[in-house]
Amino acid sequence: MSQNLLNKVWDIHRIKTLPTGQDQLFISLHLIHEVTSPQAFGMLKERGLKVLYPERTFATVDHIIPTDKRERPFDDGLAEGMIRTLEENTGENGISYFGPESDHQGIVHIMGPELGLTQPGLTIACGDSHTSTHGAFGAIAFGIGTSQIRDILATQTMALSKPKVRRINIDGTLKKGVYGKDLILKIIADLGVNGGIGFAYEYGGEVIDNMSMEERMTICNMTIEGGARVGYVNPDEKTYEYLKGRRYAPKDFDAAVKEWKKLASPQDAEYDDVYTLDVSDLEPMITWGINPGQALGVGDRIPEDADEQACAFMGFERGQVLKGTQIDVAFIGSCTNGRISDLRIAAEVVRGRKVSPGVRALVVPGSRSVADQAEREGLHTIFKEAGFQWREPGCSMCLAMNPDKLIKRELCASSSNRNFIGRQGSPTGRTILMSPAMVAASAIIGRISDVRDML
Amino acid sequence: MNEKIIEITGKAVPLRGDDIDTDRIIPARFMKCLTFDGLGQFAFYDVKYGEKGEEKEHVLNSPDFKGHAILISGRNFGCGSSREHAPWALKGMGIRCIIARSYAEIFANNCSSLGIPALAVDENIADELLKMVEDDPAVDFSIDLLGKRLYSGNRTFPFHIPENYRLALVEGRWDTTSMLMESLEDIERANKRLPAFID
Repeated sequence: MSQNLLNKVWDIHRIKTLPTGQDQLFISLHLIHEVTSPQAFGMLKERGLKVLYPERTFATVDHIIPTDKRERPFDDGLAEGMIRTLEENTGENGISYFGPESDHQGIVHIMGPELGLTQPGLTIACGDSHTSTHGAFGAIAFGIGTSQIRDILATQTMALSKPKVRRINIDGTLKKGVYGKDLILKIIADLGVNGGIGFAYEYGGEVIDNMSMEERMTICNMTIEGGARVGYVNPDEKTYEYLKGRRYAPKDFDAAVKEWKKLASPQDAEYDDVYTLDVSDLEPMITWGINPGQALGVGDRIPEDADEQACAFMGFERGQVLKGTQIDVAFIGSCTNGRISDLRIAAEVVRGRKVSPGVRALVVPGSRSVADQAEREGLHTIFKEAGFQWREPGCSMCLAMNPDKLIKRELCASSSNRNFIGRQGSPTGRTILMSPAMVAASAIIGRISDVRDML
Repeated sequence: MNEKIIEITGKAVPLRGDDIDTDRIIPARFMKCLTFDGLGQFAFYDVKYGEKGEEKEHVLNSPDFKGHAILISGRNFGCGSSREHAPWALKGMGIRCIIARSYAEIFANNCSSLGIPALAVDENIADELLKMVEDDPAVDFSIDLLGKRLYSGNRTFPFHIPENYRLALVEGRWDTTSMLMESLEDIERANKRLPAFID
C-alpha cells in the first residue's frame, strides 16, 4: 500500500512533534481578509512580535465590502474601519494586498486560484471555514480561527493533528442540469453534517475526473459543511492546465508539474475509509431545513421524520414538496458558486427571459476578474436585461455582513453554502441552497423550480 | 506558558439541540469589530432576543441559569463558520467549559486556543446531564482534567477530550505561539526548502 496525497504533503511540511503530541506544520500559503485578521495583528503587536514571512501571506477584502457603492469611505463606518485596519496591517508588515481598487480583489477562495497562488502540494490556511476550496488543486487547506492566524503570522506554522482520510468515489454520469453543487449537497445529505469530523475527504472517480477545476472547487468548498475540515482532489492535467501562466504559478512550470505528479495518491493508496456513490440518477438538489445536510431532490417530499425545529423555522411541513414554493429573493454568488462557469450556466438559463415580478434577484461575481470576464462576454447584460442586479464582487448575501441582507421572513433561493438560521442577515430569513442554474430558474419562475424544465 | 487549567467547578446551562452553528452562537453582524472584547453580550443574540429586542422565553434568559460556567449541548456543537468570535462570545458570557456529544473541528480548535475545555460525552450521558440540570439548576459539577472525570454529588461520568488539547490545558500550553516559536531554526530551513511565490 502506498501513501495518499494528504500523508505525503503532511510529511513534506511537518516540522516536528510538539510536546502536546500534535504536529507542528509549516503553512506554505496564508490568506487573510478583513474580518478575522485584525485581532491576530493586535495580538502580535501586544507581544512585540513581527510577521515572520510576509511574502507567504496574501490579503484581500471580501466579507464586509459593499457590492453596490464602492466610493470611499464606505457608508458603513465599521466596514470602512475594518478595511482600513487591514490596509494598515498589510502595509506595515509588507504583505501583498489586493484591495477594493485591485484587478484581483474578490472572495479570498476565488482570488487564490485565479492568481495561481493555490498550487498542488501546498499547505494553505485562512481564517475562513471555506478554505477547503483550495483542495481542488491537490493542496491541503485548513479553515482556522484567529489565534491560529496569529500563530501563522508569527511562525508560519500551526499545531495540528493529522486527520484520517476518507476516499469518496463518485461513479456514473451526471445528468444534464445536475452539477457539482448538487453532488456535494448529496454527499453531505448522505454522510451527515458531522460525518466528516476527524477526516479529510479525498474526492475521486470518473465524475470528479471529468469535472472542470471550478466544479471541483465547488465540491471541495462545501466539504466543511459535511464536518470535514479538509477536502481535496488529486492534481491532474486539468489542474496544470488551469495554473499554467497564472501570475504566481511557478516560473519553471514543467519542473513543478513533475513534482506535483509525484504527490497524487496512486491507485493502491491507503485510506482510513472509502465511500462510493453512483450519481447517474442524481436529481438537482435543494435544502429544506436549517443545515446543508437537510437536502433532497427538487421533486422529493420532506421526510416524514424531518426535524421539527427545522420544519417550524422554515414554515414547511413533513411530506411537503417544495417545488412550486414562492420565493422572494434569488442570490447567485459566493465562494461556492461565484465563478465564471457558474455565471455562464446561470446566464444561459436567464437569456431572453425576465425575473418574476416581486423577486429581488442579485448576481454578485466572486471576484473582479470574474466580473471583468463576465462583462467581456456580455453576461452582465443578459442578467440586467432580465431584471437581475449586477453587483461588485464580494461575499455579499452569503453571510450578510455587508448591506446585502434578507428582510424579515423572506425566502431566498441561494447558490451559497449555508442555510443556517439567520445566516443571510435576517434572524427570521430563510435560505434554500441550490445550484446557480436552479437559482436562475427559480428567479425566472418566481417559485422553486427544476432547471431541467428550462434547458 | 499560560495558566494551567486542571479543575473547573460550577453550575451548568442546559442548551438542547444538535448542530448548533457558530452563526447562532454569534450572528455575523456582531463581527464588525477589531478586538474580541465585549462579545459576551451578543452570544446567542437571536436565540435570546426577538426582532424588537424583546427577551424571548429561553433557557439562556432564565434567571435559574444566569452566570453558570458550564454549557451542556448536543451533537456537532459549533459547526459552520470558523469565527473565533464564537468561543470568545461564550467566554464573555461566563462559559469556562463546554460539555457536548461532539464538536465541529475548527470550533474545538478555537476553544483550545482560548483555554476552554470542550469535553465530549456519550449520548446517554449528555441526555442525563441535561435532565439533571433542567430538574435542578443549582446542581454543582466538578471537572478534573487530570483524572478525566466529571463529578456531580456522588456521581461520576467519563468524558473524552483529544489528548493533545487536554495536555495543552493541564500543562498551560494552550496559547500555542510560544511553543511554536521554539523551532524557529527548523522553520527557516523549511521556508528555504519549500517553494516561494514569485510575482
